[in-house]
Amino acid sequence: MNAIIVSALMGVVMMLSGILFQNKSLMKHLAAAGLILLLVANLLQSYGKYVIQVDTHNLLHFEQFGIFFNTIAIVATLIYVLLSGKDIENTGVHPAEYFALVFFVLCGVTILTSFNGLLMLFLGVEIMSIPLYILTGADKKNLKSNEASLKYLLMGSFSTGIMLMGIALIYGGSGSFGINPGTPELTVGGIPKVSYLTVSGLILLFVSMCFKVSAAPFHFWTPDVYDGAPSVFTSFMATVVKAAGFFAFMRLFESQSDLMGATWKILLSFVIIATLLIGNITAVFQQSVKRMLAYSSIAQAGFMLFALYAGNDLAKEGILLYAAAYSLATIGVFAVLIKMKDYTLDGFNGLAKTQPVLALATTICLLSLSGIPLTAGFFAKYYMLAAVVKAGGALWIVIVAVLFAAVSVYYYFRVIQAMYFKDGAAETSEITGGFKIGLLLVAGLIVLIGLLPSVLLNYFYF
Amino acid sequence: MIPLLLISIPLLSGLAVLLLKDSPASKALSLVSSIATLALALVAVFSKGALHYDAAWLPALGSRFSLMQDGMAKMLCLLTAISFPVVFAATYNNSYQKSGAFYGLMLLTQAGLMGVFLASDALLFYFFWELALIPVYFLCSIWGGERRIAVTFKFFIYTFIGSLLMLIGILFVYSKTADHSFALASFYHVKLMAKEQAYVFALFFMAFAIKMPIFPLHTWQPDAYEQSPTATTMILSGVMVKMGIYAVIRWLLPMVPDAVSGHAMFVIILSVTGMIYASLIAIRQDDIKRLIAYSSIAHIGLMCAAIFVQNRIGLEGVMIQMFNHGVNVIGLWIVADVIEQQLGTRKMSELGGLAQKAPVLAVLLVLMALANVALPLTNAFVGEFLMFNGLFQYNVWITAIAGISIILAAVYTLNMIQKVFYGQVAEKVTNAVDLSFNTQLALGILVVLVLVMGLYPQPMINLTKDTVDAIFVQR
Repeated sequence: MNAIIVSALMGVVMMLSGILFQNKSLMKHLAAAGLILLLVANLLQSYGKYVIQVDTHNLLHFEQFGIFFNTIAIVATLIYVLLSGKDIENTGVHPAEYFALVFFVLCGVTILTSFNGLLMLFLGVEIMSIPLYILTGADKKNLKSNEASLKYLLMGSFSTGIMLMGIALIYGGSGSFGINPGTPELTVGGIPKVSYLTVSGLILLFVSMCFKVSAAPFHFWTPDVYDGAPSVFTSFMATVVKAAGFFAFMRLFESQSDLMGATWKILLSFVIIATLLIGNITAVFQQSVKRMLAYSSIAQAGFMLFALYAGNDLAKEGILLYAAAYSLATIGVFAVLIKMKDYTLDGFNGLAKTQPVLALATTICLLSLSGIPLTAGFFAKYYMLAAVVKAGGALWIVIVAVLFAAVSVYYYFRVIQAMYFKDGAAETSEITGGFKIGLLLVAGLIVLIGLLPSVLLNYFYF
Repeated sequence: MIPLLLISIPLLSGLAVLLLKDSPASKALSLVSSIATLALALVAVFSKGALHYDAAWLPALGSRFSLMQDGMAKMLCLLTAISFPVVFAATYNNSYQKSGAFYGLMLLTQAGLMGVFLASDALLFYFFWELALIPVYFLCSIWGGERRIAVTFKFFIYTFIGSLLMLIGILFVYSKTADHSFALASFYHVKLMAKEQAYVFALFFMAFAIKMPIFPLHTWQPDAYEQSPTATTMILSGVMVKMGIYAVIRWLLPMVPDAVSGHAMFVIILSVTGMIYASLIAIRQDDIKRLIAYSSIAHIGLMCAAIFVQNRIGLEGVMIQMFNHGVNVIGLWIVADVIEQQLGTRKMSELGGLAQKAPVLAVLLVLMALANVALPLTNAFVGEFLMFNGLFQYNVWITAIAGISIILAAVYTLNMIQKVFYGQVAEKVTNAVDLSFNTQLALGILVVLVLVMGLYPQPMINLTKDTVDAIFVQR
């Protein structure tokens, strides 16, 4: 509750400060301070201390799992603002508004981690999405940014429509907006009898959530939007927002998946395989690193879907670890990408000579994304695979996933090859010492989690 | 404590050397560090019984940082520890750009290799398995030959796919262990049904077969050996291929004995096919490095076959041969490196008459080459004799076919000696000079090892006896 209130308030504060203060560079410090405040408020809640007591009439339900995810999202955003704050300022004329929108997105994220009914799910998704439509179009004079924004808005509204339809059908079938409809009383030969309305509603919800997390075959908007949006905001969209989408996805289907019986696993394995296939194979052919990262984010979504597939406790820990590992690494890579003059692979040629620190940090982030041991990404993938193996019975899907992970090494390592083994003089915009230290800290954190994931996960059980 | 130090000395000194940038001190420091490791490895060899080290690592997952050094591990750690100082000494005059990074990565590789041979926890084993790979990737891609990037990438992706499949295997076995632990003992005691054993066997063996490499998964190897900087190639072929053989003996054999027996014929046929195939290709090679690479595939094939015959004598042969093959192949690479550095070519067709210009080199190479052919009195004879003996007990016909590879080995090795060292003095050879002191020293140490192990192999058989016993007691 604390996080929802504070993030909404901070959004308003940022908007007003845009009017009150003329100094542009003040905004990012204000935003960072706001994020720290938000973090503190969120941590207080996990100790049972509230800023304001609100009776939500059971529409929201707070548990340690969700609060811990909030912490990860807020810390990731803080790192993002600290690393790329200057680039957010440079995107357009009203930086205060961008920061305000980021806070509103976080408000949506915090609702999505605590919803206890389909209505709140809907509100959370919308509060999270609408600011993103604006952020995508933040580069007003750039045609690609405008196109991406419009595309995102249209496709996003379409999926929202599908979601609403699904909610309506479920309401018709079960007479409730709750996400825990309980075991149906009627059974036919031991199999619970579920109304067709509920099942078709669930399938529609599934489709719309797949859309939000850009799982194939509902991924078509992702590359265009990620590529067209200003790179700073792509970084945010591909990490915090996407992870929150997964969290909501998992929370929603945790109890509902039983209702669909065997169909659920078939449907899900189809989506997982399609997502891994399309994401990985298409990423191989990209020349622009930014677009490659867009496809790779689809591929990573395929791996995160395993958390739904397994649906056990290990998967819950896994999604937290995956969210943290993936967000850290992607924010790191994007922070460097934004500084590059040329976004193509050739633009990275020889970066190790001109900017050794940047190259080293990017390498560690990329190693983490491809899941090499000693980095956080390894344990993220490890937990996902272990969760599925533990759930039992489906070794084939794990083997397919692993083969695609090997494909992902191909395109991540092409960037490493360009930086270290190819000749060239990669050009970057001005790099400050603080930026380098920040990047090294991110890289250090990735290695630390890669050596001792318990550092992060023990905290979850405190 | 010794097992921990064997890993941490190269690890820490490697990280320190990485920070030295271009300083010439990096070379000296890595030589000193590797000699210190060698001293420790010798202490381990002469200490009684298996050495252990154990510390908490990931309690939530049931994985501990536990190391175990029994006879086989002592022997392979000794091989690793001998290889690095020899390699550093032999290539002491080679200069590398960014030498700090080069030597740092080499030492990190050593740490990874030691870890693989010492780990007695499956997850830790997997960690070190990868840790040994990553520095090699950078070593080959930065300091390698012309086609280095593509070739090394192929090597990396091959082995990475293998490792990931092994990871699934590890996860699967882990989910079946009684106490949910990655410990070696728990893996040994796991109860698997026949079908599950077959899955686990396939997943693990894929990784090990790629690493060894076994026909038809060997295609990365000749290219990678040819394109890597020679110092790295020595480690790759001398020590790193032993990872695959070691892992089969340590993990696969005791864990899924029924599946190993069930697939033995299949694997042995593949290995023997690979031996003949690689030997035939080796005969046709003009490039010395590629010749040695294919000859190495043939030797590894024999070792793999001798493991799968699953008798005592064969396994003893493999134990000895793992060490001896490392010594011999590093010796051959040193000679190849000397030739390339001095004469600027590796093509046998452009060489000839080198014996007149470099008599010491010629004598040492002939000794190394005879060991490669496994002539009696050289070290390889003992190992190959035992392995063929084991193979003979398993199946006479397969032994006969595998025996052809001995003849073929003599053909290509002697052909190489003849073309490079005798005959007319070729144009490129006219400026050749004899060995420098450090190369003489390195080759001299190896030649002594060849002869000592050839004349008196019993200590080595005794050293690895406990591992062999443990494997056959469980059956």
